[in-house]
Amino acid sequence: MSSYLEFSGISKSYPGVKALSDVSFGVRKGAVHGLMGENGAGKSTLIRILSGDAAADEGTVRIDGETQNYQSTRDAFDAGVVVIHQELQLVPGLTVAENLCLGRFPATGGVIGFSAMYEDVRRKLELAGISVDPTRKVAELSIGERQMVEIAKAVMLDARVIALDEPTSSLSSRESEILFTLIDRLREDGRVILYISHRLDEVFRLCDSLTVLRDGRLAAHHETIEGVTREQIVSEMVGREISDIWGWRARPVGAVELEVDGVHGEKLPVPASFQARKGEILGFFGLIGAGRSELLRMISGADPRAGGQVRVGGVDIGSGQPAEAIRKGVVLCSEDRKFDGIIQGRSLEENILISSRRHLTRFGVLDLRQEGEVAETFLKKLRVRTPSRKQDIINLSGGNQQKVILCRWLSEKGVRVLLVDEPTRGIDVGAKSEIYDILYQLAEEGMAIVVISSELPEVMGICDRILVMCEGRISAEIGRADFNEQSILAAALPDEASAASVG
Amino acid sequence: MTTSIKKLILGDQGLLVIFILAFALVSLTVPNFLTERNMLGLLQSVVTVGVIACTMMFCLAARDFDLSVGSNVAFCGMVAVMASNATGSIFLGILTALAAGALVGLFNGVVIAKFRINALITTLATMQIVRGLALISSDGRAVGIDDPMFYQLALSKFLGVPTPIWVLAALFVIFGFVLNRTVFGKNTLAMGGNPEASRLAGVNVDWMRIWIFTLQGFICAVAGILLASRITSGQPNAATGLELSVISACVLGGVSLAGGRATMTGVIVGVMIMGIAENVMNLLNIQAFYQYVVRGFILLLAVLLDNMRSSAIGRR
Repeated sequence: MSSYLEFSGISKSYPGVKALSDVSFGVRKGAVHGLMGENGAGKSTLIRILSGDAAADEGTVRIDGETQNYQSTRDAFDAGVVVIHQELQLVPGLTVAENLCLGRFPATGGVIGFSAMYEDVRRKLELAGISVDPTRKVAELSIGERQMVEIAKAVMLDARVIALDEPTSSLSSRESEILFTLIDRLREDGRVILYISHRLDEVFRLCDSLTVLRDGRLAAHHETIEGVTREQIVSEMVGREISDIWGWRARPVGAVELEVDGVHGEKLPVPASFQARKGEILGFFGLIGAGRSELLRMISGADPRAGGQVRVGGVDIGSGQPAEAIRKGVVLCSEDRKFDGIIQGRSLEENILISSRRHLTRFGVLDLRQEGEVAETFLKKLRVRTPSRKQDIINLSGGNQQKVILCRWLSEKGVRVLLVDEPTRGIDVGAKSEIYDILYQLAEEGMAIVVISSELPEVMGICDRILVMCEGRISAEIGRADFNEQSILAAALPDEASAASVG
Repeated sequence: MTTSIKKLILGDQGLLVIFILAFALVSLTVPNFLTERNMLGLLQSVVTVGVIACTMMFCLAARDFDLSVGSNVAFCGMVAVMASNATGSIFLGILTALAAGALVGLFNGVVIAKFRINALITTLATMQIVRGLALISSDGRAVGIDDPMFYQLALSKFLGVPTPIWVLAALFVIFGFVLNRTVFGKNTLAMGGNPEASRLAGVNVDWMRIWIFTLQGFICAVAGILLASRITSGQPNAATGLELSVISACVLGGVSLAGGRATMTGVIVGVMIMGIAENVMNLLNIQAFYQYVVRGFILLLAVLLDNMRSSAIGRR
């Protein structure tokens, strides 16, 4: 069967990095094609080339036999290529239909025929099997619904090639299922779908064929997904066998280091109390919105708290700003690296030293030589892959960015409690194990570590003890010996009976 | 050939290259440009803008904005003159003016950082309030200075170069150092890059903003005193529209309005380009009205160039 979408000999270099070298593969019409690979493997670069956002140094993209020669994203768009990014591109203040018709409003003499527009959009949405009310404002929609609207946009533009970049990363499992049904329909329509995901389950559920990239090269191409195993894909992605990605090992646990006593605030009205010991990795599991991030953010001073006390080694850390908590030894790696973790446009060095450089100065004057040494030491220690410490952090993959944030806190003196919210979100398999290893090492050195994760296997894999949260309360505490998927999930799900009696 | 020119202009030092080329061109073509007298005059003319650009650079780098600088300069000039007259001491007059300028800046900073009011709005308000204060205190008229020693601030020379130029040079050096070699400078750039991440990383963002604005106010007072000395009086209507010239010079010098990007050399070049353009137009006897048009176009061109530069980096 001939390929509808074909990449041949694509190469692309960025300063210091060969992002893609000689990548060739094809996708046939009416297929959902998985594109997998670790972060930094070249998936995003390939998508950028497909969407006209970047130009290939060598090689061509062909659609239906035609060589595409884009000068801009607009050209790719006109050629029928639509990329749906993780960050959605909708106008929140407009309605669904307005968003869908943006740029092509059905108007007579500049006056928009609203009722006709809503009717038309409603019909098209129904036809595509998307159940979203076209008159609602996008700002009121859930992330899942917004994703549907993005896809509807692609459908209405009659896109021939639709690339989805990790579409389920912020969807609930029910929303994901709706999305999958929609993708199935698009396949039946004879469109080409490029599906980028880290999640193997989804790839097996959806994809007909599969390409794996590694270090900018084609690591494997499977014309059909039948007979391919998970282990095979993982080893193709990382280039080696990974037996146990958790690698948990027993370690001595010391005295109580962190005491959280009745902490509560605006977003978490029920006072929460717990303790964590030196050398312990304590996990927090719960559904999204259970209050885990809110709790850790209040402990670290990121959000204000209305009451309660946090003690480290028996000493009250006060209830001020993050600066105060950091000085008392409590630091937070936040959930959303882009939003409040990395400092875009600044070098790795500056991202690492932002907090700890105050130890390296005399009267506020920097010691550049010493700063360089410190940055270099930690970059090496955590094996951050980068051509130089002067590199802008934005150019690093998610896993390496996360490591830089960890470098930031390791370079800070006297950290006793490390709070990590979703340590491996958006990070590929290989880098995940490395992050876990770093956490184990820090725990062995005597730090108390608190981890939030929404992935049950991860919390069960790396933690010594799990606290489960449900609707703003700590609902269960489970030691490693008693870890069991059912009991953890049961504690995380809201109790129907009590919900009924309250409601 | 064309690609290498493109690389040079769109590279990191592109602005400096353009500046040197323009300077050479003007030196060769415009009569009386490259003379000692004109050079000193040129530098004198950029003192006010240059001095304030130093701190405006911090303000913009931290993703903030200060529109009140022009009014503050006029106000501080008035204060310096009136306080000198009242106390009979120029020293006390200067001290009072510096305090007044810093106070206006502090007010801006506190309102912006603590009450979370947009910097643009806050300084738009103080711009009018402070201008009003300058007009009220002088009843709208220029106020002369009693002690002629006050003129010496601007007239005195050291090694043949007027004092204000030395002050400007010193401030360029000091603020270049502060930006690149101190925690304060690095934190400013980090805040502009991502304020929330900086806060979580332990930067006291509120405190930083208050300091940046206070410093800005203080430096406005320095500029105001030098200006009052040069025009030998306190003028309530002095320095109107100054804020726009200063911001233009900074933007011209590659300071990003989105924050997080600024260099002292860039700002110096930006200030000098604006100064040279004006100087050349004066030498060529071009009517002042046209100068506005030219200045506007220079700014647009610079921003366009900057845009091309960042998209060249993005597509690379």
